[in-house]
Amino acid sequence: MAHASLWQRCLTPRATIPKTLTWSAGIGIWLVVIALWSLVTYSGLVRSIFLPTPTSVLSTAVSMIGDGSLWKDIWSSAQVVLYGFLLSSVVAIPLGILMGSFRLAQAFLDPLVNFMRYLPVTAFVPLFILWIGIGIEQRVTVIFFGIFFQQLVMIADISRGVSQDLINASYTLGAKRRDVVTHVLFPACLPGVIDMMRVTMGWAWTFVVVAELVAANSGLGYISLKAMRGFQVDVIFLSIGLIGLLGLVTDQFFRLLRKRLTSWAL
Amino acid sequence: MGALNDGEIMRGGIQPSMLHTGSRTCLDIRQIGLTFSSGQQSVTALEDISLQAAENEFAVIVGPSGCGKSSLLYLTAGLIEPTSGEIRVNDKRIDGPGADRGMVFQAYTLFPWLNVRDNVEYGLKRRRLPAAQRKEIVEYYLREVGLERFADAWPRQLSGGMMQRVAIARALANDPDILLMDEPFGALDSQTRLSMQQLLLNVWGHNSKTVLFVTHDIDEAILLADRIYVMSGRPGVISRTIEVHLPRPRTSEIVMEKHFLDIKREILGILHHDDT
Repeated sequence: MAHASLWQRCLTPRATIPKTLTWSAGIGIWLVVIALWSLVTYSGLVRSIFLPTPTSVLSTAVSMIGDGSLWKDIWSSAQVVLYGFLLSSVVAIPLGILMGSFRLAQAFLDPLVNFMRYLPVTAFVPLFILWIGIGIEQRVTVIFFGIFFQQLVMIADISRGVSQDLINASYTLGAKRRDVVTHVLFPACLPGVIDMMRVTMGWAWTFVVVAELVAANSGLGYISLKAMRGFQVDVIFLSIGLIGLLGLVTDQFFRLLRKRLTSWAL
Repeated sequence: MGALNDGEIMRGGIQPSMLHTGSRTCLDIRQIGLTFSSGQQSVTALEDISLQAAENEFAVIVGPSGCGKSSLLYLTAGLIEPTSGEIRVNDKRIDGPGADRGMVFQAYTLFPWLNVRDNVEYGLKRRRLPAAQRKEIVEYYLREVGLERFADAWPRQLSGGMMQRVAIARALANDPDILLMDEPFGALDSQTRLSMQQLLLNVWGHNSKTVLFVTHDIDEAILLADRIYVMSGRPGVISRTIEVHLPRPRTSEIVMEKHFLDIKREILGILHHDDT
């Protein structure tokens, strides 16, 4: 297909397209969204108390950045996500690898994990408020419980998938059982673990908003809730947009991490 | 190859066939039985297998697929346990895997997160050899398998033949008492397979080593072996032991020689007899 025209390539399944076109298309989708948004708002088709204009969202952003309140709320949410996510990952990664590799660990943990991971964490929120209060610890707990059991199951699967041949080869080279864990299972799981972190980070952002809608006095979910009461739909839009943007940034971070740490896998 | 541990490298024209004449037994497999059972059913994979390999001997087990020849290697490696009998290497009873029995597998088993050099170094690191000695050994074996220029490559960048060359270097770098090879060239195309057989013979010629090699390829067995154990299957038994007196060094030319053809005919006869 080397001599096919650009059009032909765009219409051919799995044919590659030039990098510039990839970039243009990626920017294009946002131009379309913003254009449609402008069309329905500036024309007065949709009333501004339901859908704000792009400029009003922008000016809200500028004024909230100006008085410093926006940074406080962004950091408040990001902090909760970061703590909850790290706490969960630090426990789930080693435990999940053990669960996928040692039959006793699996036999012991499986019944509890499979029970817990089907419970929606939102069901626990009232309980957490009762136990922990409405401070940051409560929101961190929501995130931890929201993603921990999911992470555990995903990592156990990843470590179960490590080739037995690699483990056997390692033994015949003089590795002890401990070496198999640290020098085969851990490195072999790394690409899968980073992919898993990328996915569950997205869930953590979902749960932080849930937690903030219920009980919080700062954060992006909290300002949305407050804005709803005051009919400040531009603030709600700003908050949603920021969560999406932060998600995009963390996603890129994990992509980069995957490339840097596991260039051997690709 | 103990010379390597003294920081000295032994190379060149010693013919292993000269070394092992009259030498002592390295591998002693005694009346091994292996039965797999799951629930009510049990399958006897190996029945009363006994075989020996003298020090520095190249022993080959040839047999049809499913005859249990690979199981015999895994038993010797200590990766599975026999139902009955015992295996001794240098008069030490096998009880689990260890660095004294190196293995090259049929599947590609290079650690994908380590480059070629670090793969070869893996066993040396586990055995906590000093860095300078590790470096010397790794460089020697990479040269032996002709991959010194690929020391920094990732396994995924190598061809199948190159990966198996690294696997051979990695196993030999540990200076095991015996090298176990489980159809190591089985997944390679026939051209690569021929050059790998030659490479293995060269490396083995430079570094005297007891080898137990498993294959279903009769030509490969005769080309490589001092002694061939012909196995037939279900349950696996040793049908015959054949000594190969073809002179070394050997090249693929020997497939034309009368002694080669006589042995081939004999093995085909045994295996064909089993089929009918």
